[in-house]
Amino acid sequence: MPVYVFIERDETKIRKTSYEAISYGAEIASIVGNQVVGVVLGSIDKAELEGLSKFGCHKVIHCPDPVLDQPMIRSYVSVLSELMEAEPAEFFITAQSALADPVAAMLAVRTGASVATNVTSVPDLENGCRVQRGIYTGKAFETVELKSEKKVISIRKNACGIKEYEINAEIVTSDLKPEEYSDVKITGADKVKGDILLSEAKIIVSGGRGMKGPENWGMIEELADTLGAAKGCSKPVSDANWRPHHEHVGQTGIKVSPDLYIAIGISGAIQHVAGVSASKFIVVINNDPEAPFFKVADYGMLGDAFQIVPRLIESIKKYK
Amino acid sequence: MKILVCITHVPDTTSRIAFVDNNTKFDSNNVQFIIGPYDDYAISKAVDLKTSHQASVTVLNVGLPDSDPTLRRALAIGADDAIRVNAEPVDSFYVAKQIAEVVRNNQYDLILMGRESIDFNGGIVHAMVGEMVKMPAFSPVMEMEIEDGGVKLTREIEGGKEYIETKLPLIAGCQEPIAEWKIPNMRGIMTARTKPFKVLQPVDSDIRTKTELFSLPKEKGKVRMVDPENVDELVELLIREAKVI
Ligand SMILES: Cc1cc2nc3c(=O)[nH]c(=O)nc-3n(C[C@H](O)[C@H](O)[C@H](O)COP(=O)(O)OP(=O)(O)OC[C@H]3O[C@@H](n4cnc5c(N)ncnc54)[C@H](O)[C@@H]3O)c2cc1C
Ligand SMILES: Nc1ncnc2c1ncn2[C@@H]1O[C@H](COP(=O)(O)O)[C@@H](O)[C@H]1O
Repeated sequence: MPVYVFIERDETKIRKTSYEAISYGAEIASIVGNQVVGVVLGSIDKAELEGLSKFGCHKVIHCPDPVLDQPMIRSYVSVLSELMEAEPAEFFITAQSALADPVAAMLAVRTGASVATNVTSVPDLENGCRVQRGIYTGKAFETVELKSEKKVISIRKNACGIKEYEINAEIVTSDLKPEEYSDVKITGADKVKGDILLSEAKIIVSGGRGMKGPENWGMIEELADTLGAAKGCSKPVSDANWRPHHEHVGQTGIKVSPDLYIAIGISGAIQHVAGVSASKFIVVINNDPEAPFFKVADYGMLGDAFQIVPRLIESIKKYK
Repeated sequence: MKILVCITHVPDTTSRIAFVDNNTKFDSNNVQFIIGPYDDYAISKAVDLKTSHQASVTVLNVGLPDSDPTLRRALAIGADDAIRVNAEPVDSFYVAKQIAEVVRNNQYDLILMGRESIDFNGGIVHAMVGEMVKMPAFSPVMEMEIEDGGVKLTREIEGGKEYIETKLPLIAGCQEPIAEWKIPNMRGIMTARTKPFKVLQPVDSDIRTKTELFSLPKEKGKVRMVDPENVDELVELLIREAKVI
């Protein structure tokens, strides 16, 4: 029985987090002695498709039906559940996203699988199947047993490192026809171009109300660009429209788990910290020694952001 | 228009989380419970639709009697009646089964939920109910306009927004800025006491997951403060010690 991995596209490129899902699937496959079957739905660059073997896929099923070019959740589920019926699998792995999570949930209902989202660990397969997942918005974890024969797992960013393998993946084109739904039309999308996505970033530079106003975001942007980082912000900053909503990080915003989170002029309210506490390292720059963020930081710098950030940019450029 | 709003009963966002009984049980001592913040957007949107679309609003929770004050609060904000399915909400699948049963027994035009619960963080109950009752489900929804049964939605996707045209009935998991959070006024609180409040028994459902143990994140060591006059030191630490840049 294969381990299926849903490989998500962004336009015709593979989403970075999908590589983590493949590595996660490969880890399971190595324990249970199975093969990893990646599934790609819709149009994709040929080179991207062929590159998948080195991340651990033994086989890649590509369904190029143009209906799947649109991220239609129910059409995706129809194809995936047919695949799972044709060649049953114990595991179906996805990387958390606005598309993958509902797909995972619906697929689990349809196939009778147990489902876990927000998963942070590779399963413990001794005596059943147990995973750890984040609960209480970054404030705790639970160990949960997935009891059904089939298991659908959606992993959080950084749940598993990306490993490279030497496998020659067989690429199979499937002519499965997705179900079509005329009651829903995706009429368009607005996506920031060229920016690194918060959900995929290894480094995030985030600004709070301490930045005083949107006109001061130039230095946040420059620091982010210098580091190849994504940009985030606190809730009041996006509420005041200093920054777009999709940069809002925290309990009621995006939960992030990068390698490095740099918080500039953010006080560290519990609701903000909840969304970033899964970061491997946190740097806090704040001019108030009592700012609660220092309590959960790895490195801190006490002082005026307007002085420190430009110096930091210069220093990083020097080292690069 | 008939609207169902599904709400969670969750610890206040400022709560410190702790567990008891060898980390097998949530410690609710000194914890204030609230309507989930995303569910608050759902109920607020529903109340807006009462005025603009003469909607009636039923609020639903799958939970034990300790949820009742939270449901009453939703009534005080403006829901017309409340249903509690009397069961412990053990996991998303179980909860979705219970909600789906209520949906099947009533004709709702619109089912509003939060994008996610802030205790379980599944973010999937809406999609599961959608699959169970064969209704399209969308989440997280930032904007929703309803006109003559046609619906325009804005959904947040990675790094941006997606625009959707569809029609009722549908399920939406809400998030800001779909509506402004509403706080109950005195009149709301008074009338909430006498609004219809039904307690239903749960339907049978298989249980597909089992929570075995809770744990807390590793305690952070003490922060290492670096002199702001010496940013090079910080950069070196990040390169050599943390190895993140
Ligand atoms: C239900 C609920 C949900 C919430 N969800 C979220 C959420 O998801 N995300 C979120 O962020 N918030 C959330 N909040 C809000 C949260 O409680 C805080 O209000 C918010 O995080 C504060 O944002 P801030 O740190 O940018 O602003 P402030 O609290 O105003 O802090 C600004 C900081 O900047 C520092 N500063 C000022 N000037 C400078 C300078 N020149 N140099 C360096 N530092 C400086 C100050 O010392 C201060 O620490 C939520 C609140 C509620 C009630
Ligand atoms: N026990 C419950 N009772 C009623 N609605 C719920 C319950 N649990 C979850 N929901 C709804 O489903 C949404 C998503 O929850 P979740 O999938 O747990 O993140 C929540 O915001 C609620 O609207």
